[in-house]
Amino acid sequence: MASSGSGVQIGLRSVSKRYMTASGDAVDALGEIDLDVAAGEFVSIVGPSGCGKSTLMMLVSGLIPATTGTITVGGVPVKGAGGKAGIVFQRDVLLDWRTVFSNVMLPVEIKRLDKETHLKKARDLLRSVGLAEFEEKYPAELSGGMRQRVAICRALVQDPGLLLMDEPFGALDALTREQMNLDLQRIWLRDRNTVIFITHSIEEAVLLSDRVVVMTSRPGRIADILEVDLPRPRGAHTRSEKQFVDCVERIRRHFMALGVLSET
Amino acid sequence: MAIAATTAAPVKIGRLRSWIVNSGPVLGIFAAIFVLWELGCWLFKVPDFILPSPSVIIDKIISSWWLLLVNGMVTAQEIVLGFGMSVAIGIPLAVLAVYSRIFERVAFPFMVSLQTIPKVALAPILVMWLGYGILPKVMVAFLISFFPIVISAVVGMRSAEKEMIYLVQSMGANELTTFLKIRLPKALPSIFGGLKVGMGQAVVGATVGEFIAAEQGLGYLQLISQVRLDTALLFAAVVVLSLLGVLLFNLVAWVERLAVPWNRMRTEMIE
Repeated sequence: MASSGSGVQIGLRSVSKRYMTASGDAVDALGEIDLDVAAGEFVSIVGPSGCGKSTLMMLVSGLIPATTGTITVGGVPVKGAGGKAGIVFQRDVLLDWRTVFSNVMLPVEIKRLDKETHLKKARDLLRSVGLAEFEEKYPAELSGGMRQRVAICRALVQDPGLLLMDEPFGALDALTREQMNLDLQRIWLRDRNTVIFITHSIEEAVLLSDRVVVMTSRPGRIADILEVDLPRPRGAHTRSEKQFVDCVERIRRHFMALGVLSET
Repeated sequence: MAIAATTAAPVKIGRLRSWIVNSGPVLGIFAAIFVLWELGCWLFKVPDFILPSPSVIIDKIISSWWLLLVNGMVTAQEIVLGFGMSVAIGIPLAVLAVYSRIFERVAFPFMVSLQTIPKVALAPILVMWLGYGILPKVMVAFLISFFPIVISAVVGMRSAEKEMIYLVQSMGANELTTFLKIRLPKALPSIFGGLKVGMGQAVVGATVGEFIAAEQGLGYLQLISQVRLDTALLFAAVVVLSLLGVLLFNLVAWVERLAVPWNRMRTEMIE
């Protein structure tokens, strides 16, 4: 794979984001954040609703400007969209009017990348997620899990140094979700893109990540960062290991302290 | 495309069967109505100038085919021109409404308030201004079909999810690319919905325009037949007008199937 070890380093220096609402009030979505993500690292961000997780992702992708601070991707400051990031949302947002294959090729068209080399890449990606037979189908003919696989292929076809995923499996059923976690790990182990993975699921975050960032809400700040050095590839067996259980427990206690989870 | 070719044959048989299953009862009801109508006219000896029987109407259509064709062509022309104007002006206006704040906040409410005027009531004024030719009819057809076309186009172009827009922007797409690759194709099903409603309205507009003042057209033919108590011709004109409406509607539906193949796929999936 040409993209082997293609991950880029991410740096956030006192990044904050303040929105102005229609009524003129200021809302601090993100407090001052400092975070470094190494090239090829898998980092998850967990936190309660409204902790600015999605804002963080929009900032890194350059879709919205930061109010303060600087963001670098691969050592280069982010200025506007059109960078190296491949994005996957909770909704797959496949284009209904394009076939599966043509959906995957969308970034190639828009970025005017070389068609020939990427045709093969798109085909390889679809085969690697078991969708080779579905290239010429329309999205309406696919199940939710298949659609999200196509969305991931679409993000990967452009050899992104950085994969930004905003609750990508949040809309899937539990079984499909587990399978998607394993598939994502396999793809990541092969390509070693840098991944920033936003999720509500503590277990999912611990299972997949090298590090888990726990955030507080309004304004979003980093409460804790956990290292997870469980051996890879991880799977169902990982969930019973002591470190896995400890990490999940520690994150859960953060949420209790924040008042997001309570036992009474 | 390759898939369509390989699966065409079984699909065709399935379609014919489902067509019979779907349309059979409706056709049956129509046939029953016509039989009852024919029998009723014959049993109760209803005079032709009150209610001609279906066979009398069919006779009339055959004997007056040239008259109906010539006048039908005039009406068809008015409908197509009025509808064409609605599309040519309505779709660009919809694009403006989606992209221009000022246009959206000033011109759009103005257009909506104009919609409360019954277009039919404007017909006599248009005749006064534009004379007895086809122009006032084209204008009525235009005015009446314009609104559904604009509204459905605006709704359609606004229907793209914000993530979809973010996605292509993150790939570095500019506004034009976003419009061509996302907003426009996303809007097509809605646009065609509006075009189908608009086409139906244009038929009404042109006919009403001819009722006000005309020298030719199917509406005009109806007025003349009414004065002459030629009820059979009156009905014949209604039949031709309906056929014309169905034909034009299906023409739009046919273009829709060509332009929006994925939409049919989706509805088939739901079935």
